[in-house]
Amino acid sequence: MFKADTAAVAKSAPRRAMLRVAGLVALALFALLLPRVATALGNPALISLATRMVIYAIAAASLNLILGYGGMVSFGHAAYFGVGGYAVGILYYHFSAGEPFLGFIPGTNQFLVALAAAILTSALFALVLGALSLRTAGLQFIMITLAFAQMVFFLFVSLKYYGGDDGLIVRRRDVLFNLNMADDTTYYFVCLAVAVVYHVVFWRLVGSQFGLVLGGIRQNERRLAAIGISTYRYKLVAFVIAGAGAGLAGALMANFAKFVSPDMLNWSRSGELMIMVILGGGATLLGPAVGAVLLIGLETVLTGWTEHWQFYLGPILILIALFTRDGILSLFKDGSGGRD
Amino acid sequence: MGIRAGLSGVAIAVLAATSAYAQTPVKIGLITTLSGPGGYLGADIRDGFMLAVEMGGGKLGGIPVEVAIEDDGFKPGNGKQIANKFLQNDKIKLFTGIVFSNIANATVPDIVDAGAVYVSPNAAPSNFSGKDCNKNYFVVSWQNDALHEAGGQDATNLGYKKAFLLALNYQAGKDALTGFKRYFKGEIIGEVYTRLDQTDFATEMAQIRAANPDVVYQFHPGGLGITFARQYQQAGLLGTIPMVVAEPSMDSTIVKAVGDAAVGVNVSAHWNTDFDNDANKAFMTAWRQKYGADRVPTFYASQGYDTALAMGAGLKGVNGNLDDIDAFDAAMRKADFHSVRGAFKFGNNQHPIQDWYALRVEKGADGKPFLKTLGKIMSDHGDAYAKDCKL
Amino acid sequence: MTLAIEQILNGVQFGVMLFLLAAGLTLVFGIMRIINLAHGSFYMIGAYGAAFAAQQTGSLVLAVLAGLAAAAAAGAVIEYVVIRRLYSRDYVQQVLATFGLILFINEGATMLFGREPLYVPMPAALSGVVQIIPGILYPAYRLVIIATGLLVAVALSLFVNKTRMGMLVRAGSTHREMVRALGVNVRLLYTFVFGLGALLAGLGGVLAGPVLAVQVGMGEQILILTFVVVVIGGVGSIRGAFAGAMIVGITDTLLRVLLPVVLRSVMTVSQADALGAGLSSMGIYLVMAAVLLIRPQGLVRVQS
Repeated sequence: MFKADTAAVAKSAPRRAMLRVAGLVALALFALLLPRVATALGNPALISLATRMVIYAIAAASLNLILGYGGMVSFGHAAYFGVGGYAVGILYYHFSAGEPFLGFIPGTNQFLVALAAAILTSALFALVLGALSLRTAGLQFIMITLAFAQMVFFLFVSLKYYGGDDGLIVRRRDVLFNLNMADDTTYYFVCLAVAVVYHVVFWRLVGSQFGLVLGGIRQNERRLAAIGISTYRYKLVAFVIAGAGAGLAGALMANFAKFVSPDMLNWSRSGELMIMVILGGGATLLGPAVGAVLLIGLETVLTGWTEHWQFYLGPILILIALFTRDGILSLFKDGSGGRD
Repeated sequence: MGIRAGLSGVAIAVLAATSAYAQTPVKIGLITTLSGPGGYLGADIRDGFMLAVEMGGGKLGGIPVEVAIEDDGFKPGNGKQIANKFLQNDKIKLFTGIVFSNIANATVPDIVDAGAVYVSPNAAPSNFSGKDCNKNYFVVSWQNDALHEAGGQDATNLGYKKAFLLALNYQAGKDALTGFKRYFKGEIIGEVYTRLDQTDFATEMAQIRAANPDVVYQFHPGGLGITFARQYQQAGLLGTIPMVVAEPSMDSTIVKAVGDAAVGVNVSAHWNTDFDNDANKAFMTAWRQKYGADRVPTFYASQGYDTALAMGAGLKGVNGNLDDIDAFDAAMRKADFHSVRGAFKFGNNQHPIQDWYALRVEKGADGKPFLKTLGKIMSDHGDAYAKDCKL
Repeated sequence: MTLAIEQILNGVQFGVMLFLLAAGLTLVFGIMRIINLAHGSFYMIGAYGAAFAAQQTGSLVLAVLAGLAAAAAAGAVIEYVVIRRLYSRDYVQQVLATFGLILFINEGATMLFGREPLYVPMPAALSGVVQIIPGILYPAYRLVIIATGLLVAVALSLFVNKTRMGMLVRAGSTHREMVRALGVNVRLLYTFVFGLGALLAGLGGVLAGPVLAVQVGMGEQILILTFVVVVIGGVGSIRGAFAGAMIVGITDTLLRVLLPVVLRSVMTVSQADALGAGLSSMGIYLVMAAVLLIRPQGLVRVQS
């Protein structure tokens, strides 16, 4: 029985690789041609929808690093998404007001600068909050990440200067070279480019030594600690990288919507990110992207049918949780995916 | 065959000519709050607006209209998203409906930047009334501060000397207390801003009790007004410290929900169900016919109705042709309609100049509390920001 | 001085409300090791049940019974249909499933009761103020809430420490395998604990109804603070839940009252109030962080 299995696996390996490449090519073509198709269909709002999907794909992928690959159930990831968004918003505010932030940091409307600032700021938040949270595990870790995210939420609500509850308007999108960022199609391609770069970096990261250790920690932390690996340090680094990724997505979102509000940090948004990762399948490269497309797509379609769409989404989620091992993608795998 | 072709050609030409008169309806985007504690405000605005459309036979100012209605769920981000969808996908050029000032702040700039027109049936934050006024932005309700200036005057007229102020901590709340302070001649001994998601006012009640003012002035619209009034009564403050409010804190729905605890509260308002002019009588009759005597319209409904009439006047002025927005703006400015509140005209900042009245909640002949008009507080009152507007 | 006393009473009342929710949650966490995001839904169901019954019948007793029954029934059904299948699953699946539960229950409530809040009439006898000590007035109803909560705390404590069932509950939290090995019907125990938690949360909702507005989403608002209470108090301990609830309730209230006053000396009133409200909300989480740094297991450690 064993021999037949390995033979079957060996035979299907090149087949699977081909399917994978074919799938990627199809995805790439679809993503590139979408704006043309959308305008041809007379539905330009599809481009905005696709941009949102791309941005959330990045956010979900960042969570996947710690949730899927690292096994850390962080329920506060939206905090870093929001911090990234607010970094862009606050920098733009100070740019248009002409006065520097905290008295010495000049505002900016330069896309790359704002993105870098967003990544750095969210990484910093992740470092502090992660250092504290990772001292616990299990149930407590989940609750603590949730609570800390809520704390950051209240921080931004309390900053009336930057809009508080009402949010902060970003009147114009940031400037990138001489591109017309106000054009939805242009901005879609910018986000797509960022997403591709992000996923390539992500892919290299999880394939590296670091990724191996992280996977090991997920499977049996005690064993790795026993052989002398400082698991806390690895988890923290992963947490920070994940936070930075979420911040990147948040910065893209701030430019897209031209609006940031504490709602970006709402705990139900953290929940949505988790759903995207789980739906699509944790510990896979494109699982979160699939999850993001599915969830947002499902939301959009269902909203058109009934205003009570959450009544139907709830049980769907319950069923997926109860009956799939590892998200939608696992239904298409032959069981030899990343999980054991 | 040639004759048939010729005849069909003539027929087509005739049809084309006459179809210029059988117009495609003008699309109007109505973005309002239909869910949560503020839900009935949006529902009343919508129903008032649609009542006018119905009374016009699907037309406003004789021009057929098609109204797209969506719920912003009290989230500024949603309002923005819906507006952009209406602008991009449906190419809508005429907007209305927003209840709350924070949503207006997030949504209106996108609308006027795109060259469309927004006519506000309620929210009118101070930042758009003065130097940021816009030729495509009209307000039919009142300017935020002005609503509370009348309240301040009312409190002064009633002889109160020491006031404790409370308001929701958002743009309209700040505008509220700023406006009140402009016209209240007494001393302010307390000023508190409550959180938007706050439903328990126990700590505020304790503060009021400790400060012991002559009068409490509070601004909590919609469902929060109900909660505040009830907790005010539960804290034992109702019998001891009088309340003066502006109409959003004591609209007819709040009166009904709060019941006897509301009797005696003084309310400053620009409209009441018992106003005696022809336009209001027509409105009240039509409303009662459609919704029954039990559902008393709030002033939000009257504002939705007036907004529809104002838009109708504008549309009539350009014969339904929105290609030249400036012409539409000019037609709107004439305010060539009969408002249910009586006197109405636009100031230079396209906000209303109108009269303000003192109301009080009293017990009716049927034992149920209702809002009774007592007298006028101010006549032909504009707002404090008009002078900063360059229009 | 009277102001301070009244505010402290407000803090205690808030703490008592949190305790009702936290007690059930900490038991479910500690004994069944299940993370149930939908715990706040029982609070909401209790509130809606009582509000609906109050509107239909006008009877206080019926309203309370209806709210409690609704919450308990919901707890039983949910345990049987969903929770039972989650015992052996990862936390991830539990989070996903209970999140789905929240969506389902919240939207269901919207479909039944609409999007506007329900206002429960306050029982006339309790609608005024009471002079607890000469000079100190306090709303009668809130005193009832405090009294009820304290009674429940005492009753729970007696139950857990003095009855056989309570002993099983305690043992189930600290020595699960042993309990199973002794032949106790663990399934039944779990269902009982879950139902008890739902009932307590429902009681909280029933009590909250006349004061606040009954609306969809009210459960989630208070749920996160409940998590903080459980973390501070220690997972699995009723005593810890009580201590944590009092700490959180009083600290949160006092911060909300004092911070804006302090901040007003340096900024405008509106900004001070907003910052004060935000910072005081954050304050609780900072307290939680501090507790975790010193005692990561919470104030009352329950061995497991």
